[in-house]
Amino acid sequence: MHEITYREVITPDVFLLKIKAPVIARKRKAGQFVIYRLHEKSERIPLTLADADPDEGTITLLFQAVGKSTMELGTKKAGDQILDVVGPLGKPTHLENFGTVVCIGGGIGVAPLYPIVQAMKDAGNNVVTIIGARTKDLLILEDMVKAASSELHICTDDGSYCEKGFVTDRLKHLVEQGVKPDLCVAIGPVVMMRAVCNMTREFNIPTVVSLNPIMVDGTGMCGACRVTVGGKTKFACVDGPEFDGHQVDFDELIKRQAAYLAEEKTAREKWTCESGQ
Amino acid sequence: MDEKKKSKGLPKKERMKIPRTPMPEQDPKERSRNFSEVPLGYTPEMAIKEATRCLECKKPKCIIGCPVEVKIPEFIGLIAEGKFIEAAWTLKETNALPAVCGRVCPQETQCEITCVTGKKSKPVAIGRLERFAADYERAQGKMQIPEIAPPTGKRVAMVGCGPAGLTCAGDLIKLGHEVHIFEALHAPGGVLVYGIPEFRLPKAIVNAEVDYLIACGMKLHLNTIIGKMYTVHELMEEENFDAIFIGTGAGAPAFMRIPGENFANIYSANEWLTRINLMRAYEFPACDTPIHRGKIICTIGGGNVAMDSARTALRLGAEHSIVVYRRTRKEMPARDEEIHHAKEEGVEFHFLTAPLEYSADDEGKVTEMRCIRMELGEPDASGRRRPLPIEGSEFTIECDTVVVAIGNLANPIVPDTTPGLKLNKWGNIDADRETGATSIPGVYAGGDIVTGAATVIEAMGAGKVAARAMHEYLTKSETAATT
Ligand SMILES: Cc1cc2nc3c(=O)[nH]c(=O)nc-3n(C[C@H](O)[C@H](O)[C@H](O)COP(=O)(O)OP(=O)(O)OC[C@H]3O[C@@H](n4cnc5c(N)ncnc54)[C@H](O)[C@@H]3O)c2cc1C
Ligand SMILES: Cc1cc2nc3c(=O)[nH]c(=O)nc-3n(C[C@H](O)[C@H](O)[C@H](O)COP(=O)(O)OP(=O)(O)OC[C@H]3O[C@@H](n4cnc5c(N)ncnc54)[C@H](O)[C@@H]3O)c2cc1C
Ligand code: SF4
Ligand code: SF4
Ligand code: FES
Repeated sequence: MHEITYREVITPDVFLLKIKAPVIARKRKAGQFVIYRLHEKSERIPLTLADADPDEGTITLLFQAVGKSTMELGTKKAGDQILDVVGPLGKPTHLENFGTVVCIGGGIGVAPLYPIVQAMKDAGNNVVTIIGARTKDLLILEDMVKAASSELHICTDDGSYCEKGFVTDRLKHLVEQGVKPDLCVAIGPVVMMRAVCNMTREFNIPTVVSLNPIMVDGTGMCGACRVTVGGKTKFACVDGPEFDGHQVDFDELIKRQAAYLAEEKTAREKWTCESGQ
Repeated sequence: MDEKKKSKGLPKKERMKIPRTPMPEQDPKERSRNFSEVPLGYTPEMAIKEATRCLECKKPKCIIGCPVEVKIPEFIGLIAEGKFIEAAWTLKETNALPAVCGRVCPQETQCEITCVTGKKSKPVAIGRLERFAADYERAQGKMQIPEIAPPTGKRVAMVGCGPAGLTCAGDLIKLGHEVHIFEALHAPGGVLVYGIPEFRLPKAIVNAEVDYLIACGMKLHLNTIIGKMYTVHELMEEENFDAIFIGTGAGAPAFMRIPGENFANIYSANEWLTRINLMRAYEFPACDTPIHRGKIICTIGGGNVAMDSARTALRLGAEHSIVVYRRTRKEMPARDEEIHHAKEEGVEFHFLTAPLEYSADDEGKVTEMRCIRMELGEPDASGRRRPLPIEGSEFTIECDTVVVAIGNLANPIVPDTTPGLKLNKWGNIDADRETGATSIPGVYAGGDIVTGAATVIEAMGAGKVAARAMHEYLTKSETAATT
């Protein structure tokens, strides 16, 4: 059992939870994730470790309520318990002083990006961060990311805040202005990561993406999380979740993520109806 | 006592004439749509009758076939006398999980194949009797806590809570060591709970066995992945364990690497069975984990895992559950009983057939499998005749779900995070078969992580061997430290 020690509603469907998990808090590294199971009947759901406080013995999760399981987690308050939390899972981010690193986060992807921004900065990099969202109200973690980055650029699809446009527009602009990234890290919706990769391939910027296929065990046992990278099948939970974005088969990932759309709808409707949410 | 006199009184010749007692089973039509156990177990009368068939040989051949050397004539003799609880205790002297082994051991190639009765008629049903005694004990609630040696002050860690780790844990507890067992998943039992389906091995049985070990003093840590939360070296250096046993199993699914294998609704057998067994996806939406309920489900492979997958497919409501295997019925590695049960339930078989590639619809969901017919050539390294493709024989099988059950490889997490741990060329841990010792002093290994995918009882045998060697290592270092 893991107690929720703190809860914050970031936007109407994005939540921040701090959860007691002292060993994970001590051991986790940037780029890693946990899998939680809320109660006996729950699914196992992967979420990135957005932050951790080893002294307090807590980990921070930031998630968007998109379906039954994450909506249910979103209703939990400080003092409530989560049945299982396992981690830290996945390979940590490869860190070194690359020079200039452009970190790009879209939507909820800003959450998993945040610990990487911090770690890249700590490794001595000049970290230029670009974050984007559909609209102002959906933008998350602005202050925290700003404090961790060397410089921060913000854009919204609808222009309701800062620059109007996509993160890729912003990246292009920066490169045209003479910024020479040695590495790009992009995390967000798959279509965004694909667009970033198409652009950085043109500019010859090595690019790392963090993939979020459907997972079950998270230990390399089931193969649910398989993705094609460079023509080879990889298991995102043990070989990733970070991969060379220029090698990833994004179309396959999109299709595999959509495998349970009908079931997810059933689950969501059943839950919304029963919980009165 | 009357029973005893009757059975013991029977001359050998007469006993040989008693036919093997069949096991009552759920009706195939009915059971192929439910998850309840298929064989229903012997009644006490049936057990006594079957036990009477055993000749209680002076030099029992059956024991040679059993990897943990269960005292077979002894426990069967007790059943014949109606001393069922005593029979169970005798079993437990050498086998910590008799209720499991009685159900899943391939007896026909282990203990029963060497039984002398089998020469003239059918061998004694050792497995069924083993199951009967263990079930009887559990039902009576008469689980006996064994005598436990005084504490040695030594701490040992088991990595992986499958049959290998559980057996090693059980033996080391009895010797007075403090035993902690670490399991990556949220439930103990390894393949026994996430792989082997409820209709073949009810989870309550595995849980009862684990509870028994906890009652003996084993400390269970679920949701703890060694290599991620603690490395093997950290367990020794920071968490103060004096010795470690690695029993992490062969948990990484193999794929065929053919085009289209990553289309949606193509599962590894591990994913398929884990979703259904461990996550209870068959109860969706009452349970949250979904599974694709296909109409035509093809399973690739011919082992126990394939049989379990194909029989599970029927229980999920498949109209056709088809096994595609590249050799013939004769070469199938699955147990006879499983193949027989699968056929009875309506699983269809395409022998001498190998998939070449998959096709999918616009959404990326599998729609058909292109196959080629095979013929058998010369025997290969495994002694089985090698399947060879017949040119120009390609054809397609329509399907909406595929389960790939062609084997499991070593899971890389522990090997990748344990510098100095010697592996063989397949990525399995290189451990001494006589002791379980690895290249790191104090670190032992056994079960599927060493042998590659094998059997429950062999994994248990390896756990036992390692426990003996670890005990020696622990007590030796004790004397070394005090002198
Ligand atoms: C390694 C990893 C790290 C992750 N980190 C975070 C995180 O920090 N914060 C966060 O909010 N989410 C994160 N995710 C995604 C998160 O796991 C999914 O949103 C969650 O599983 C959805 O479950 P659900 O039952 O609530 O929704 P479902 O009902 O399962 O799905 C609802 C919708 O989300 C889509 N979806 C389903 N699974 C995923 C997935 N794995 N990724 C993206 N979309 C999905 C579905 O197609 C559907 O449209 C991460 C995923 C992975 C694999
Ligand atoms: C579907 C199926 C059907 C089978 N049917 C039969 C049968 O009928 N008869 C038979 O004799 N055999 C059968 N087998 C084979 C048998 O189950 C295995 O040989 C046996 O379970 C191996 O035991 P083990 O203890 O070595 O490993 P496992 O049972 O695989 O257990 C290993 C455990 O270690 C855990 N683990 C892995 N990595 C870590 C880590 N890093 N940290 C912590 N924990 C970890 C795993 O989660 C798992 O729980 C079957 C196997 C399958 C898959
Ligand atoms: S443990 Fe298995 S092999 Fe040994 S006697 Fe029992 S059923 Fe036979
Ligand atoms: S070999 Fe057969 S008959 Fe002889 S003791 Fe063993 S089980 Fe009984
Ligand atoms: S989630 Fe099962 S192998 Fe990655």
